[in-house]
Amino acid sequence: MPTFDLKHSPLRELNRTLYALRPDTNETHWTVTGPDGRHAIAAGLDAPISVEIEGNVGYYCAGMNKHASVLINGNAGVGVAENMMSGFVHVRGDASQAAGATAHGGMLVIDGNAGARCGISMKGVDILVKGSIGHMSAFMAQAGTLTVLGNAGEALGDSLYEARLYVRGSVKSLGSDCIEKEMRDEHREQLFAKLQAGGLAGEIDPSEFKRYGSARRLYHFNVDNAGAY
Amino acid sequence: MAENPKDPRGLPRTHPRFSATYTPDVMAEIRRAAATGIYDIRGAGAKRKLPHFDDLLFLGASISRYPLEGYRERCVTEVVLGGRFASKPITLKTPITIAGMSFGSLSANAKEALGRGATLAGTSTTTGDGGMTEEERGHSEKLVYQYLPSRYGMNPDDLRRADAIEIVIGQGAKPGGGGMLLGQKINARVADMRCLPPGIDQRSACRHPDWTGPDDLEIKIEELREITGGEKPIYVKVGASRPYYDTALAAKSGADVVVLDGMQGGTAATQDVFIEHVGIPILAAIRPAVQALQDLGLHRTVQLVVSGGIRSGADVAKALALGADAVAIGTGALIALGDNDPRWEAEYQALGTTAGAYDDWHEGNDPAGITTQRPDLADRLDPVLGGRRLANYLAVMTLEAQTIARACGKSHLHNLEPEDLVALTIEAAAMAGVPLAGTSWVPGKSGF
Ligand SMILES: Cc1cc2nc3c(=O)[nH]c(=O)nc-3n(C[C@H](O)[C@H](O)[C@H](O)COP(=O)(O)O)c2cc1C
Repeated sequence: MPTFDLKHSPLRELNRTLYALRPDTNETHWTVTGPDGRHAIAAGLDAPISVEIEGNVGYYCAGMNKHASVLINGNAGVGVAENMMSGFVHVRGDASQAAGATAHGGMLVIDGNAGARCGISMKGVDILVKGSIGHMSAFMAQAGTLTVLGNAGEALGDSLYEARLYVRGSVKSLGSDCIEKEMRDEHREQLFAKLQAGGLAGEIDPSEFKRYGSARRLYHFNVDNAGAY
Repeated sequence: MAENPKDPRGLPRTHPRFSATYTPDVMAEIRRAAATGIYDIRGAGAKRKLPHFDDLLFLGASISRYPLEGYRERCVTEVVLGGRFASKPITLKTPITIAGMSFGSLSANAKEALGRGATLAGTSTTTGDGGMTEEERGHSEKLVYQYLPSRYGMNPDDLRRADAIEIVIGQGAKPGGGGMLLGQKINARVADMRCLPPGIDQRSACRHPDWTGPDDLEIKIEELREITGGEKPIYVKVGASRPYYDTALAAKSGADVVVLDGMQGGTAATQDVFIEHVGIPILAAIRPAVQALQDLGLHRTVQLVVSGGIRSGADVAKALALGADAVAIGTGALIALGDNDPRWEAEYQALGTTAGAYDDWHEGNDPAGITTQRPDLADRLDPVLGGRRLANYLAVMTLEAQTIARACGKSHLHNLEPEDLVALTIEAAAMAGVPLAGTSWVPGKSGF
């Protein structure tokens, strides 16, 4: 199990080493120590490896991830797993703003809380936050699911497209065009599957959640909606 | 001179007189607004008359300056972009690049034609909002990948197969505005690339989702360099509004290249009020941007690419003389492909407009098959022929710029300098920082 110490080796070297790994590599599990809040750690990975980071990371950790599984044993800065395409990113602590921004696929699990704009412009990722999320989360979210065990801040799902939001706790306010929607069986099943993928199978009751989605009133420019903007 | 109209008694009456404030255009817009309740959305850039390169002239060689022989003595046009930090800078044969125009706003054939034309001319073309298509990657030898606030179609594979990355902060037609693509143009392919339902009116965000301000931008650039192994030049594109500070901040954030787009620059679709009233003309923006780079000791190290109303080799030469390293063209390239061509006049008439004035690019019914996703229309544009026409246009512009440079005694387009220029108007003299023709007066600076 290779270990890479960022206290002694430059980040570019770590990332280069990880990029060079082929999909059939035997070196599938990596440990990174001494992250010290550095930015872009393990960003741009493209192989089915797992990387465990011991400590806090800065901006864009695991950004644009493909295939890899990245575990952060600490807190994450702005834009963790931004634009992720596939794979699994797990933050053991809290995450800052724009967690999972524009991510197209894969799964992001945050054990703690996430800051503002969690899941902004998300495009297909599944995000599971065990704590609460900040204001303007899922702003212009296009596709995927955002599941929150705690509460959501102001203006949840503002100008939302087709992403589905499941929140167990309270929602401070809903953004433009975001409404509460009926939880049908298909939604409970989807939510169960996401909870399961996030390691919470059987621990949480999907029926405790409310579902939020787009009212689709802003899908076409209409002068009568001007007040909503 | 027309005679006065007469009243019933045969006495002269006043002439019918239009207001200079409430012009026929203004009144037509008020009637349109009153009838529809929605602002006007259109494509293209500012249509009003603005101080522009036409207001500048080259002095040419004389007794004190020595010209070069046209078509004989060498005048180099090559430009290298991105050498500040990127390990693989881009070398272009001509300093005229093709600006970013989105697939979605343009048809796949049009994107392919732009790639073909740019490649024939030895220059680069640029993706746009909505992501990279196979057509344009396949036919563009040098392709700049735009990294936009919307991140539609954004993925690390395309980032890695690009030759450079352009972080788009804004556009000259709409600094501070995002994009829009109306439902008519969101066909299944475009919708799929953008992860949105087909047929909806789609907005592209005006702010990047995961960074704000120059300190964050620096970190974002760092991430992009990590992911691409430090190879690719990173451009930052801004709409001209505060060019001194924006250029300085982009350079400070680690950009290799700054792209500065003036208010005449085209757009695929934006509110008319935005196009005509936000931002400044490119003529007014170049000197402050160059000054910012000079103040940082980075002029020519960080390249400056300017755009917004570049139509001819004269415009290219003037932009370069003011200190730019290269230019980008959008509208001109589309016209070369056949946009607004009088051969489609009957169809323009049917759309309620006329060749040369057609700007409803957002509606997707372009008779020339360029700003459309309708297969029947898109088929009208032959990408091979279109590419050839664009390459011809680029060749003419390059030759024109060389002609001027030689006349000014320059063996490289980059040797053109502000001292080669004078202005025809006081406004242009002030904005370009060159003397009013026939005087030594640079308004705001010297010669009083
Ligand atoms: C049809 C069309 C689509 C455009 N799409 C984009 C875009 O996706 N991203 C962008 O940064 N600029 C876009 N632009 C602006 C151009 O990149 C460029 O700044 C402008 O066209 C330059 O001015 P010019 O048209 O006068 O040459 C677009 C322009 C046009 C005409």
